[in-house]
Amino acid sequence: MSEVHDTELKRTPLYEEHLALGARMVPFAGYDMPVQYAGIIEEHKAVRAKAGIFDVSHMAEFRVFGFGTFDFLQHALSNDLSRISELGTAQYTLLLDEDGHIVDDLIVYHSGDLEYLIIANASNHAADFEFLSAQLPDDVEFVDESERTALIALQGPEAVRIITELCADGWEAPARFTMKEAVLDGAVPVLIARTGYTGEDGVEIVCGAANAAVVWRLLLSFAEVTPCGLGARDTLRLEMGYHLYGNDMDRTIDPISAGLGWVVPKDKGAFVGSAAVARIRETGPERKLVHLVVDGGIPRPGFPVLHGDTEVGKVASGTFSPTLSTGIATAYVPAELASVGMQFTVAIRAKTAEATVVKAPFVSSTSLSGS
Amino acid sequence: MAHPNDRVYSKEHEWVVIDGDIATIGISDFAQDQLGEVVYVDLPSAGDSLSAGETFGEIESVKSVSELYAPISGEIVEVNDGLGDTPETVNSDPHGDGWMIKVRVADAAEADALMSAEEYDDFVAQG
Repeated sequence: MSEVHDTELKRTPLYEEHLALGARMVPFAGYDMPVQYAGIIEEHKAVRAKAGIFDVSHMAEFRVFGFGTFDFLQHALSNDLSRISELGTAQYTLLLDEDGHIVDDLIVYHSGDLEYLIIANASNHAADFEFLSAQLPDDVEFVDESERTALIALQGPEAVRIITELCADGWEAPARFTMKEAVLDGAVPVLIARTGYTGEDGVEIVCGAANAAVVWRLLLSFAEVTPCGLGARDTLRLEMGYHLYGNDMDRTIDPISAGLGWVVPKDKGAFVGSAAVARIRETGPERKLVHLVVDGGIPRPGFPVLHGDTEVGKVASGTFSPTLSTGIATAYVPAELASVGMQFTVAIRAKTAEATVVKAPFVSSTSLSGS
Repeated sequence: MAHPNDRVYSKEHEWVVIDGDIATIGISDFAQDQLGEVVYVDLPSAGDSLSAGETFGEIESVKSVSELYAPISGEIVEVNDGLGDTPETVNSDPHGDGWMIKVRVADAAEADALMSAEEYDDFVAQG
């Protein structure tokens, strides 16, 4: 791993903060990002036990507004936007192409009258922008707010208490999957969204890029808060069975195979990809994503997955679960083998490890029930 | 980071302490720091033979896997089985309880090719 910080990589507004904290930096989606500070396992456990903060400013934020916005997004995104008709509410959704394949997974927030805020994967920033822009009608404005926006996740059982303390007296945290305005420390205007990628309760703080360092340091002033990098972000989300675009899905994968049928309602009317998904639903997918507990080694993306002596798939996501102290993974396998309890083996370099299909999540959340 | 001078070090970041004809081998503080929190250590068995320069096992952290290279040759007489339950000992005590294997040395002169603590510190500092 090179110690030289690549000057071609982009930097978030918190880059200097990460260096000051002694972070180990790695390239990710074209950004120079912290993979860990004190250590992945320590950071992971801190989030499950107390609170951790993550710089996720590399992600893309798009603001969509105008009279045609509801119709436009209802057609362009998979989930039913009418389920978030209440201002401030949010939903997980997919951007599909006409073949029913996944372009990205996103969260869309009903941020204002005739307006929605989309937070999307950094790795798909350009692709999402182009894909949505190409379908844009005349009565919808689509603005890429990413450069001027920072995003900090505060996650863990202490997170909501901490953010409430930083806000004005009388401010109450929004409900799960809801966003509302706030002012931190009497000075910094932010949006607080009660969403996250760790499986714990917590918030994602949207603020202006110029205020990112101020917000970061306000959060770090709490002894219970641990700075966490992309390494812990990955172990936390995989323990919950959350998908990662690029590993668990890509432009060749449909939502049914990926286990994301719940994000594509059957009764919404026509939208981009709806006909293709309906066909896959009818015939049944050939392959399905399974969640595997792996005993005897750490499964990593690309490692072969065998049923008996036959290779039937490859690890999509794989890591060490700090909570379970064992390997965990996802893999696409033939649909007829995709049942809970099915045994596979994973080839881990020169050895093999036993793998058993479980129902996600691998781990129960400390602070959220039924997540 | 000053490494202890009661032992010698290889370019692959292993250390060797020789007592009579038994050599104890582990990885350096620098190596454990680079790896991060160790979650698996794959070691050979007592009775296996070790050949200088060849790999004798693997050590894995959440984000990386590294091979372990034999700094000297010999026959393995003892393996630190405790590392199976508490691999993190390699991080907390790399030069003590984090030892990995004990070897009956075939040729003590092989240790002469390894670096002193001072030489190893310079080697590490050069990156």
